Amino acid sequence: MPERKGQYTVTLSGRPTILGYSAVVGKKEGEGPLGRYFDMVFEDTTLGEKTWEKAESALQREAFTRALNKAGISPSQVNYMFAGDLLNQSIASTFGLREFGVPLMGQFGACSTMAQTLALAAIFVDSGAADICAAITSSHFCAAERQFRFPLEYGGQRPPTSQWTATAAGAVIVGFGGNGVKIADVTVGYITDFGINDTNNMGAAMAPAAAETLNAYLIDTGTRPDDYDLIVTGDLGAIGSELFRELMERKSFQLGANYSDCGMMLYDRSRQDVHAGGSGCGCSASVLCSYILSKMTSGELKNVLFIATGALMSPTSSQQGESIPGIAHLCHLVKTE
Amino acid sequence: MEVTSQEYRKLSEKVSPRSPVLKNCIFAFLIGGLICAIGQVVTNLAMESGIELDNARLIGSATLIAASAILTALDVFDSIAKHAGAGTIVPITGFANSIVAPAIEFKTEGLVLGLAANMFKIAGPVLVYGITASIIYGLILNLLNMLK
Repeated sequence: MPERKGQYTVTLSGRPTILGYSAVVGKKEGEGPLGRYFDMVFEDTTLGEKTWEKAESALQREAFTRALNKAGISPSQVNYMFAGDLLNQSIASTFGLREFGVPLMGQFGACSTMAQTLALAAIFVDSGAADICAAITSSHFCAAERQFRFPLEYGGQRPPTSQWTATAAGAVIVGFGGNGVKIADVTVGYITDFGINDTNNMGAAMAPAAAETLNAYLIDTGTRPDDYDLIVTGDLGAIGSELFRELMERKSFQLGANYSDCGMMLYDRSRQDVHAGGSGCGCSASVLCSYILSKMTSGELKNVLFIATGALMSPTSSQQGESIPGIAHLCHLVKTE
Repeated sequence: MEVTSQEYRKLSEKVSPRSPVLKNCIFAFLIGGLICAIGQVVTNLAMESGIELDNARLIGSATLIAASAILTALDVFDSIAKHAGAGTIVPITGFANSIVAPAIEFKTEGLVLGLAANMFKIAGPVLVYGITASIIYGLILNLLNMLK
């Protein structure tokens, strides 16, 4: 049963297990350093669809189907799915998943959605409200660009602080049994806003939220950063992760070589022209559902803190001069022998 | 020691790299100059073939517009603009690109509400304020002429 620990953390005493997981990505992501860990790399970023929105829906469908296959279960066995994306009204999720007939609770947590959906799936399973739940998240560079920025062919210059929205989806199936990776704790973050209003510097806007959530978790559990094999934030990028380290230091927590960021891991910044790194909810979703869970399944990583971060603004709020509120949710993942 | 919002913004500014302004200016100067030179060459060629100056200038502009529209459609323009910056935006090439790019992008939402409605999404403000400015300029000029 889920039990509260400290002010913000929920401990899942039954330790729900990740029964299956899958990450599917676009061409650029496939060419990155994690290329061989993905279940599928689509060379054609349209995925054979007529619109970018349909392409993103296809990514979700593909990720969910592959995760189900790897878990060896059928859609009818899934009690609930929690899914989200970056598009208006979350249409990538709803259209991508409408054919499965599984009860859906749509989620929006901007780029933090993977941790948010995984946390909910784990809590539902651990509480007994469900036997099996799914957490599915996606983003698509082209669908995001046209909604939030400029048309693809527009000739503009991106500032060095900007990040590249990943074309990727990740899906996780959570249930009980087996000796897979387990979800031990979750910490739901609160909105943190330090007044950054540059939409081309989202890493800086989200770093304080990540620091607040990790700090809350470490205090609630009485642990230290060194106790973990890997602490990974979701898409803070180069600037955000440097600021995150600094903020944690101010909170008297030194982060060592065990700290990394999904936005830095997904691309090779020296050769892939992504400026400050990756972003988009598919970024942390695909890094979790490829590299991280593979390394945990094989036992190379045993104790991981996955902290996905989101920037909670919209084009309207930015045009009205509002700052960018950030949020971060944490999932503590463990692999026992 | 907790960080205040003000301190954090300073910290963020310190670690955020700035755009390479000098490099951008040099590229804009060179590529923008090259585009204008191409326009001039086309205009001169037109004049040499016996076309009047005014019409030759129109041919020069139209050639650049057509070239940018085609390069936009061929997915080449944005790769040049990434380095050229203002060098491709300021000449008439930028205007052509800003109309063709959304037209291509939004045709998935239909010819009326998609393509046509979004075509001037980027160029619209330039038109509104450009035309307003030219009217004000014209009024001032007229007033000065009347005073003479």
